[in-house]
Amino acid sequence: MMLAIKEAATDLSPYVRKTAAHAIQKLYSLEPDQKEHLIEVIEKLLKDKSTLVAGSVVMAFEEVCPDRIDLIHKNYRKLCNLLVDVEEWGQVLIISMLTRYARTQFLSPWKQDEILEENCEQAFYGSDDERNNKNVPASKPYVMDPDHRLLLRNTKPLLQSRNTAVVMAVAQLYWHLAPRSEVSLVTKSLVRLLRSHREVQFIVLQNIATMSIQRKGMFEPYLKSFYVRSTDPTHIKTLKLEILTNLANGANISTVLREFQTYVKSQDKQFAAATIQAIGRCATNISEVTDTCLNGLVLLLSNRDETVVAESVVVIKKLLQTQPTQHSDIIKHMAKLLDNIAVPMARASIVWLIGEYCERVPKIAPDVLRKMAKVFTCEEEIVKLQTLNLAAKLYLTNAKQTKLLTQYILNLGKYDPNYDIRDRTRFIRQLIVPNEKSGALSKYAKKIFLAPKPAPVLESPFKDRDRFQLGTLSHTLNTKTSGYLELSDWPAVAPDQSVRNVEVVEPFTESTTLAGKVKAAKPDDAFYSGSGEEEASGSGNESSSSEESGSDSESGSDDEENGRKKSSSDSSSSSSSSSSSSGNESRSSQSESGSKKKNLKKKNPRKENKKSGKNESENDETTKRGSKTKTDSVSSESEESSSEKSSSSSESGSEPETDSDSGTDQKKQKPKPKKEETREAREKTTKQEVSLLDLDDFAPVSMAAAPRPAMLSPSLITDLEGLSLLNTSLTIDVTSPVYVPAKSHELLHRMSGKGLAAQYHFPRQPCIYSSDMVSVQVTLTNSGDQKVEDIHIGEKKLPSGLQIHDFNSIESLEPGASITVSMGINFNDSTQAANFQLCTKSDQFNVSIQPAVGELLLPVTMSEQDFRTQQGKLTGMNESAATISIAPENSSSRAIVHKVVTAANLGVVPSAEDRIHRFAAKTVKAADLVLVTVELKEASTAQLLINTEKTVIGSMLQRELKAVLSQG
Amino acid sequence: MIHSLFLINSAGDIFLEKHWKSVVSRSVCDYFFEAQEKAVDVENVPPVIPTPHHYLISIYQDKIFFVAVIQTEVPPLFVIEFLHRVVEMFRDYFGECSEAAIKENVVTVYELLEEMLDNGFPLATESNILKELIRPPTILRSVVNSITGSSNVGETLPTGQLSIIPWRRAEVKYTNNEAYFDVVEEIDAILDKSGSTVFAEIQGVIDASIKLSGMPDLTLSFMNPRLLDDVSFHPCVRFKRWESERVLSFIPPDGNFRLMDYQVSSQNLVAIPVYVNHNINFKESGSSGRFDVTVGLKQNMGKSVEGVIMTVHMPKVVLNMNLTPTQGTYTYDPVTKILTWDIGKINPQKVPNLKGVICLQSGAPKPEENPNLNIQFRIQQLAVSGIKVNRLDMFGEKYKPFKGVKYVTKAGKFQVRT
Repeated sequence: MMLAIKEAATDLSPYVRKTAAHAIQKLYSLEPDQKEHLIEVIEKLLKDKSTLVAGSVVMAFEEVCPDRIDLIHKNYRKLCNLLVDVEEWGQVLIISMLTRYARTQFLSPWKQDEILEENCEQAFYGSDDERNNKNVPASKPYVMDPDHRLLLRNTKPLLQSRNTAVVMAVAQLYWHLAPRSEVSLVTKSLVRLLRSHREVQFIVLQNIATMSIQRKGMFEPYLKSFYVRSTDPTHIKTLKLEILTNLANGANISTVLREFQTYVKSQDKQFAAATIQAIGRCATNISEVTDTCLNGLVLLLSNRDETVVAESVVVIKKLLQTQPTQHSDIIKHMAKLLDNIAVPMARASIVWLIGEYCERVPKIAPDVLRKMAKVFTCEEEIVKLQTLNLAAKLYLTNAKQTKLLTQYILNLGKYDPNYDIRDRTRFIRQLIVPNEKSGALSKYAKKIFLAPKPAPVLESPFKDRDRFQLGTLSHTLNTKTSGYLELSDWPAVAPDQSVRNVEVVEPFTESTTLAGKVKAAKPDDAFYSGSGEEEASGSGNESSSSEESGSDSESGSDDEENGRKKSSSDSSSSSSSSSSSSGNESRSSQSESGSKKKNLKKKNPRKENKKSGKNESENDETTKRGSKTKTDSVSSESEESSSEKSSSSSESGSEPETDSDSGTDQKKQKPKPKKEETREAREKTTKQEVSLLDLDDFAPVSMAAAPRPAMLSPSLITDLEGLSLLNTSLTIDVTSPVYVPAKSHELLHRMSGKGLAAQYHFPRQPCIYSSDMVSVQVTLTNSGDQKVEDIHIGEKKLPSGLQIHDFNSIESLEPGASITVSMGINFNDSTQAANFQLCTKSDQFNVSIQPAVGELLLPVTMSEQDFRTQQGKLTGMNESAATISIAPENSSSRAIVHKVVTAANLGVVPSAEDRIHRFAAKTVKAADLVLVTVELKEASTAQLLINTEKTVIGSMLQRELKAVLSQG
Repeated sequence: MIHSLFLINSAGDIFLEKHWKSVVSRSVCDYFFEAQEKAVDVENVPPVIPTPHHYLISIYQDKIFFVAVIQTEVPPLFVIEFLHRVVEMFRDYFGECSEAAIKENVVTVYELLEEMLDNGFPLATESNILKELIRPPTILRSVVNSITGSSNVGETLPTGQLSIIPWRRAEVKYTNNEAYFDVVEEIDAILDKSGSTVFAEIQGVIDASIKLSGMPDLTLSFMNPRLLDDVSFHPCVRFKRWESERVLSFIPPDGNFRLMDYQVSSQNLVAIPVYVNHNINFKESGSSGRFDVTVGLKQNMGKSVEGVIMTVHMPKVVLNMNLTPTQGTYTYDPVTKILTWDIGKINPQKVPNLKGVICLQSGAPKPEENPNLNIQFRIQQLAVSGIKVNRLDMFGEKYKPFKGVKYVTKAGKFQVRT
């Protein structure tokens, strides 16, 4: 058998190899001593590049040797890249295996939640050297491992899978691995699964319940999706209820409670009882509604259904315990109920309650005891025990009235058939009734019985489930199942990441010396990684190229940097040397110039020196430069990979001295049109960059920052657009804003900010952090007389969908000084305010940025023709028209254009008619077109027409423009 | 992974079992029966049941319980999803997934199960591949098989399995090349007592029936793709193209399949096409109550609303109902306490009404809550979200296919609280 499997594992057909992988675990279950040999086969099969094999071999791995993490290292990147193309069942297994792997290999991203650098990576597909570039000067200790990022990025599209198990697997991967800010990506997909079969709903709801305990915000926008329908099965109803309770907060509690009111009346009494429990939990969690809930529950006490009443009593008891002072009338009311309620739990609760607070109801308590004594013999055990307690407590506080009653009850208890009660009776008698034998304890009887008791914490039954990995059987059952593998904690120190680098011993590189052969390997490679590579686009250079030629990309730049002292053949050591060789210049400029050098060989050293000289200019500039590097690396992708190929080819054969040169020469001899174009574009940007850097040195930072990126960034964006694979049919380009108002808004007043004042304004430039974000410039001024230290953004309370990219924290601000920083906010095309905390070393200030609707747009240019066609598509619901009056001084066309572009960031569409003005823009997040037409009518009226799919934005914009144009 | 599978009918008989590893005794199902008994209603049976040595994961479809037995940790959704895939495959092969159909084709069923799982791990779950391996039963073929003794298992390995598009079989040939798409939208809504909307959303699916020769590469584009908020696709759809251009580009499987599921963004208000006026009350004393329900159209819809059915789950104390409908027919089942009113097509001029007396069990207290009304309806030729297919292009093949798109709006979980 062993031989057959080994033979099959090397077969040419992937189907045979797949079957071999299946055979491994069968053989293993038959003969476990073959383990060592089987692991060898698994190791071999893990190297397989076929998507067919991947799923099966990971299954075998999980079955035979799940602890041999070391086998995965070399195949990690390949598995990540193949993942999208693997069949769905294999995807589930690979994802859960990679989750475990990642927990052992990467640092926790949770410690540094506030760093949102991932956003810019997502937008620009950054590679790891920029990340260093960005982070090192900001001295942020946590840098996400590029491999960690690779995994997150490659699993994201799988959220759209039709297979619910795959979606759940990705969701748990994000939950366990992604930075807190990204976990909410999975929310929408999970809510989608709730449409599926009832069994799927059950599992998904369970997982959501666990998630919603820790992260309310994730599911809050979808609150209504968890509303209960009367046709749902009971277990789904209770789970939904659980989630609703978890999601309830001060803002939505009234909606939730109204919903609960409907549920209480439900015909399904078990569910109604669960609802009452939920109300109790809401009442304890949210102090504002405690009284309302309590009153509601008291009303329920007169309900006709017994289970409802009983449940209410139990919940009220718990609630009263948390704040017993003011509710003696409720206790009285409940004492009256004792005659009617038969449910033992409820009776016991009432008796206990009266005993506990007997001093508050001194007249009623003995009477209750009298009644209980009468029916003592026919009560349930739990009620009897509480009656004994009540008797003891009353004896201690009010011995005069209750002495005889207590003795009577103790006598009854003494001969009770239940030993528990007899036991308790004996215990109490010894403790409270003074006699000659009683020990020292009886002195403390009062303290023992009437000790203040801590209020019970009403908490979710899902509280302890988070110890299990989400989506597993163990999580569903809340017990450890056989074969469950614990998810390890994050390592304190990151294990060596170079273990995942693949050496250059792959079959096709070692066998070649001819460049032609290497080229032949290229289509092969593209076939295997397929769409996975396409998706990784920018980072493809990092992941796929490193797959074939190891860390060549790093080593290449590194070698050049050191004046090509090293030969490129010792590539394996160079990755470590690159960090150590930083020498006199900071790493940011190193990596930047490294990548640049590759493109512009000869001119470079001079420029680089210049730059490193200026390196200590403030953060703002550095981040900007980071983005530039990004464009460079993206645009140079094609060249880079080809030069790598040639270098790796010459590596094994020709002498090392000339290799990189010959590589570029070869490349230059066969120019492709696209490459030329990008090169031109890049040269343009670098030229601009140089002049800009000079400008930076002279101009004051605060206001000069605004126009500068305005002329630079759009061209960067368009460059990027030209390079990306997508060809949008429309020729709509983002342009620079027509007008940038200098108006700034108050973020933090100096009085409330203890000397620190902050203002913000919208520079109307495309955000450099992410294309989804609106850039905001914040000017911080220290108007106090103390130095303000460590200004940074603290906790964010964002509505869902909103994201903030922080500014780099400012170490200190001298009195009287001011500094301008830029941040990016993804408003998600809504005018919801972004609330966050502005923190200094000693204080925290809650501030919020509320965008005007006009700032959520980016101006675009288009021809009048295009404008008309687009407008034609956006009719009906998407069109809003209004007749507005125009102030006389605004009737000139110049004035109108000026007014409109001041109010909103719109681009002017050239028009032939002088009575009609057209403006166009797109929304920042969704890139939906917003088309505005102002047509002047007779006298002082005009027709205002807005066409956009975002009707909310349309109507708000309409209102705003109306106001602006009618004012003088 | 999956150890064994038991099929249990509504009477509690195990009528089919299949083991992929060692044989697990039928007695393991006793735990399942126990849970079923406790749950009273079949809907309430928990999907995951732990037993001392095994775990039972079950689904309930078409009055059959599919109970999978597993021994070790596995994501429960993995098993549930697979079981649903089995049900789909049965429907695909036999037209329905009933006990009778399974018993009739028991050989094919075992062949299918054998192919779908290998040692408990899913192997081939694509309908196109399975159909090449195991041909669906036809009358002629079963006659031939019974005479010649041959089986309907294919001799060759399906080519699709090895290709990069495992969902499509090779060498498809049709004389009429057709591609049809059904855009089906469902309105899920909860209306409260006063008729205002508590919660409403639109979910849709696009089902495709593709009969095209060769290897067509289709591109489907929408007039207004921005409407789609959340989507999930058949694996054939190229996700990259969707992300960048918002078009569906795919090489389709042969035959019927679900191309995509989508959810319409919640910002858009959902137009509810019908309104319900109701007046249900139970008298405090005496054993009767009044029932008066009117279902009408909101005038803003241009299309007619058909297939309107109202079902009401009445409280237990309701013995019988004497009602008179102005349109359609009604039935009341005193055992299950379900009132069904089949209205049919609603005429805008005449508003259907159902009115009458409820007989209650004498002596029992009156129910404190009115029952909820569940409404079903169907609107042809309308997608309520306003989504529209713009065009369908085909590349890769020379012929001109016949194309068609149909829109339907249905009520999903549409509930009126009273």
